[in-house]
Parts: sequence; structure tokens; C-alpha cells
Amino acid sequence: MLSLKEKDRPIVRKLLCAGCCVRCVLRFCCVGTSSAYRRSYQELLAFISEENSPQSHDASGEEKSSDAPPNKRMRIDEDSVTAAQTDSDICPVCLGVLQDFCDPGFAEQVSDAVKKQQYEFDSLVLTVSLPAQLSVREVSPAASLLNDSQYLEKSMCLGKDDVIQVKDAFKWAVQGKIGQELGAAVVANVSSPCEVSISFIHPETEEDCHFLYVAVFLSVSQSVFTRMAVVKALEKISEEKFSRHYPCPPKKANTRCTALDTTCLHTSVFIAGRYNKFSRELPQTPWVIDGERRMDGSVEELIAAPLLSSFRADGFNFSSSGREDVDVRTLGNGRPFAVELLNPHRAKFNRAEIKQLQETINQSSDKIRVRDLQIVTRDATSRMKEGEEEKTKTYSALIWTQKAIESPDLEFLANIKDLRIAQKTPLRVLHRRPLAVRQRLVHSMTTIYLDKHHFTLKLCTQAGTYIKEFVHGDFGRTKPNLCDLMKTDADILELDVESVDIDWPPAIPD
Amino acid sequence: MVDADMEDSEKKAPSVIDRYFTRWYKTDLKGKACEDHCILQHSNRICVITLAESHPILQNGRKIKNINYQISDGCSRLKNKVSGKSKRGGQFLTEFAPLCRITCTDEKEYTIFSCIRGRLLEVNEAILNKPDLLLEKPSTEGYIAVILPKFEESKSVTEGLLTREQYEEVLTKRNQQEEPC
Repeated sequence: MLSLKEKDRPIVRKLLCAGCCVRCVLRFCCVGTSSAYRRSYQELLAFISEENSPQSHDASGEEKSSDAPPNKRMRIDEDSVTAAQTDSDICPVCLGVLQDFCDPGFAEQVSDAVKKQQYEFDSLVLTVSLPAQLSVREVSPAASLLNDSQYLEKSMCLGKDDVIQVKDAFKWAVQGKIGQELGAAVVANVSSPCEVSISFIHPETEEDCHFLYVAVFLSVSQSVFTRMAVVKALEKISEEKFSRHYPCPPKKANTRCTALDTTCLHTSVFIAGRYNKFSRELPQTPWVIDGERRMDGSVEELIAAPLLSSFRADGFNFSSSGREDVDVRTLGNGRPFAVELLNPHRAKFNRAEIKQLQETINQSSDKIRVRDLQIVTRDATSRMKEGEEEKTKTYSALIWTQKAIESPDLEFLANIKDLRIAQKTPLRVLHRRPLAVRQRLVHSMTTIYLDKHHFTLKLCTQAGTYIKEFVHGDFGRTKPNLCDLMKTDADILELDVESVDIDWPPAIPD
Repeated sequence: MVDADMEDSEKKAPSVIDRYFTRWYKTDLKGKACEDHCILQHSNRICVITLAESHPILQNGRKIKNINYQISDGCSRLKNKVSGKSKRGGQFLTEFAPLCRITCTDEKEYTIFSCIRGRLLEVNEAILNKPDLLLEKPSTEGYIAVILPKFEESKSVTEGLLTREQYEEVLTKRNQQEEPC
């Protein structure tokens, strides 16, 4: 039933002598049926003992098999059928990972930990993290078995890669039970947004990898041995050198692996929309200097707060197609934005529920308004950033002029099309931006006369144009500027964004 | 000279400089009478070096003959180049580092100094072509240079400079003593 063959017998014997657990035996015999690993330890032990001592089909042999403590390995030898020489029960290759941890009890433990964190999901991916030392211990029996001509023959047909990895064997053993407990399908990587991670460590043998570093890298340059570094070193080291430095079979351990707390992670969910900002005292992102909050609230916090709580996410990242200053309003259809919700415990929402969320945000404050709220994919957010560079924006500005003006004095501005301006990095952002000169286009302008020293200027400009600096000139570092055009000192008293001309995200009719 | 229009414009809200900058002063640079500088410190710590309104260059209808950013054989402020966000490559200046030398048509020569420690970001090339800018708009388009102090020194960089009130006191004292400039 477990597809062990005659020629596997000497291998099995050798491994059992070394103290290997039964699942590791199956692995080295390249047993690839996942169901085999789900069988209970006793079943497997009994089966292997039977397979390997055909003489002991008599009553005493069988009794011995079934009476023996579950973890004790029998010395399978035609000459003497005594209890194993092993004092410790722990498999020297998998350090216990494929022993007790494959029992239903552990799977239940894992499932309980997941349930406690209250995620909603239909499926999950199981990831397992093993101590780096296991890679080393894995090589050891393989190395010794290679000296075994029968193993050599087998491995030449199938290739060493056909030995089943500890990780896979473990997953095969537990995923059924875990899936059952959680009522979800356990699927392969990237097929599910929800990841359950089980990690094992083994402090007792952490020094095992030392020799690799000395032998291969000729130094111990780090105190933490990453799995990658160990794998690389194992690829480099010759078998001869390996067997010189590392015992075959591996030294027995006194403790088994410890399982760290089960962790869960859900991939990010992206919510997009467009926002209006009606306040002139609201920054887009929190304004904090030296740990002190300079102004209460921010656009991103107002939008993200209800989302964080409905999706039960751990955190968020807010991004948008451009930004506006604290004292600038965003009118019209608003500015596109996207919120990445990190590790959401709930990710499935229908249209009505999202609509409701939009309402909640809009009710929470009169300083902002959100529209077209929808769940989007991660890729979709790059469309938003496109707009930052390429699209046009329209603005409305309240202008003050030093010289007295009359309505006809403004007419010429409407006739200026695609005005080329050169803007050095404005002084007000120069502390955090590189010094450069930006060529920009002011596509068109219209005016509304207000009084001798005031008028409203509406402009349509290329993305990335600094409007305030175009008006007052920024010490002459934006040329030409409105002061030059109107031949007077001018200043900007108020600015509104009238439109951000991108057609993303798609409009959601009310 | 105050007319109706001027009165109107004075009612306006604070100017760009008023909104974003603090005015600091250094007077009688290197002991030279009345050679006063005005340092405009932005709330983001960037400083713009300008002539104070009491500087001799701006008095008595003087005209500028020449502005020279080559302050020594090996050093021209025009060659200053910064790159990246951290403005690498900018010439580091101390308080008495010369920025430029200005010669007026009456052959009087004046050196303009940094007044603060920091990295030179740019000097005003517009005044090379149009020196009148310096005379007409010394506080805005006629600025001399832009300097970025070290982050750790953002606040301390103005220690040793005068506030607007202190500067006005100095001016008052001068008027009383009738010092010619």
C-alpha cells in the first residue's frame, strides 16, 4: 500500500538503524503519495517493521511491533530483534517535525490559532518554515546512502531530487486536518490570498551550520545563519569535505523542534476612489514635525479610518494622483486616490457594502467627500500614477495685484495659449527636492474681474506646474510669471483645484 | 508719497515673504559701516541672502557697474553645482565667506557675505544680466544667493543675527548719530 519495493529494504534498514522516523524513511524511498504521510505513526511503523522483517510475521514479532512504545524504532535485523539502541526518540533528520507535529493534535492547535485571529476566507495557503540545520541533516543520510550501491542505482534512475522534501511531507500530513477544522480548501501558493505560516526552530542545533561557514566561506561572518546562506554553502561544498566535517548519520538531538506561534497574513486589498477637500486647513497626510502634530486630521486618515475598521486591517498605505497643499481645496470630480489595506481580516465586500462605506466616510466629516469608491487590483493603481505626469489639471486662483486694474486690463490673458514657463524648484519645497528647472505649459487662462486689486484667474496647466509660484514668481525663479505678464507685483490669496483630468478610477453611478 | 492706490494695496494680506519667511539681519559686515545684509529664513530652514534696505549700494541713486561671482582664483560661485535631494556638491560656506563683489559706477566696491553657515544652493544669475533688479527689488528678484543650513543647525544658524526689531534699533541709533552711508 505504501509502494515500498524489495530494493528499498536495505535503505529502510539503514535509515532505521540511524534512528530515522518512519516518515523520513518514506521520504528517502521517494514515496510520493501524499496520503501515505497522513497515516498515523503507529500504522506506518507497523507497516515498515512488517516489510522489513518477513521472518517476524510470527506472533512474537507482531506483538513486539504493536506493544513497543510508538516512537521507539525497532532494530530491524535478522539476527537480533531487540529494542532500538536509541535513547532519544527524536529523528535526527527531521528533528521531530515529521513525528508528533504530524498528529491531528497539532493540526488542531494550528487551526485554533487561526480561528482566534478571526479571518474570513474560503481558502488558504500553508507555508512552513524550517530551521536551516535541517538542510544539513538532510544531506547527511543521502551522502551515506550514496555509498550504498543499491541507493545509488535507485537514485540514478530517479535523481536525488526525487527524495521528498521535509516541507512537502509535513504539509501532506497536516493540510487535510487543517482544512477540515477551518472549513477551507488548502491550496498551492499564490492561489489564495490568505497565508497561514507555521515556523519551527531548533535552538539546540543552531551551531550545526558553523562548520559550513568555516569550510566554504573560511570564516564565520555572521551570527545568524540564513536558510539561503546554508543552501548556497551546501551547493558549494564537496561531498568529501562534507563527510569529513559532519557525522553520517547526523548526531542525535535531545530535544525536538519547537513550533513558534502560527501566524496568518492576508494579501493587501486595494480600495480606490476620488476625493474632494473642502477645508483650507487640512493636510493630505498627517503633519508631524519632531514627533509633534502640527495640525489635526488629514485627508488620508479621514478616508482610511472607516476602511480600516470594516476590513479589519492592520494598517494602510495611502497614495494619490498628485497632492494639494493644506490651504488648497479640491473641487469638481475630485482627485483619484488608492488605499492599500494591509492584512485585512475581512476582504469580501459587495457593491452595496462598499457604497455604504462611502456613505460612512462622507458622513464622518464635512471637510472631505469621497466618490466612486471601489475595490481594485494592485496593478490598477499604476494607472493612477500615470496621471501625475501626463494629465492636465485646472485651477481657480484669487489674485491680488499691487497696481490698480480695470476689467480690460485682464483681457489679454485669455488670448495666451500654451505659454511655456521655466520653474526652478520652488524655495518652499527646495529642502526636500533636488534643485532643477522644470519646463511646463500653461495651456489656457480665463479671468473674472473682482475689483481694483483682485480678480479670479482660472488656468489649465500641464501636470506638475507650481501654480503659486507662477503667480508670485518665487523671487523671479519662475519665468515668465504672472507679475511679468501683468507688469505688477501680484500674489495668490486662494487656490482651488477645479479638476484632475484622469478618467480613473471608473465612475460609479449613484 | 501715498496715493489712494497705495493705500488700497497696503490693506492686503501678508506678502509671500511675510507668510513664509522670518527676516534676520547682520549689520556693518566686517566692520564696514552700514554694509547690512538681510537673511530671509524660510520655515523649511532654507535661507535667501539679500541686501538690507540700508546697504550703501541701495542709497543715493547708485548704479551698478559690475557684479562678480569669481571671488578668488580658484573659486567662482557660478561654478557651484548641487545634485540630488541632499544637494551634494554645493560649496560649504561659513559666515564670512564672500558670495560676490559688486562694483558701482562710482568705483566703490562692496563684498556681499554669506552671513550664515550652510551649503550654497544657487546664486542669482539674473542680476548678472540685469543689475537693476538688485536696485529695484533687493528683497525678491534681486536676491544674491540661496543657502541650505545643515539640518542640525537649522535653528542655531540665526544665533548672532539681529531680529527685525533689533535691526530697526540699529537704524534709529545711526540716524541719531547721523552716520553717512
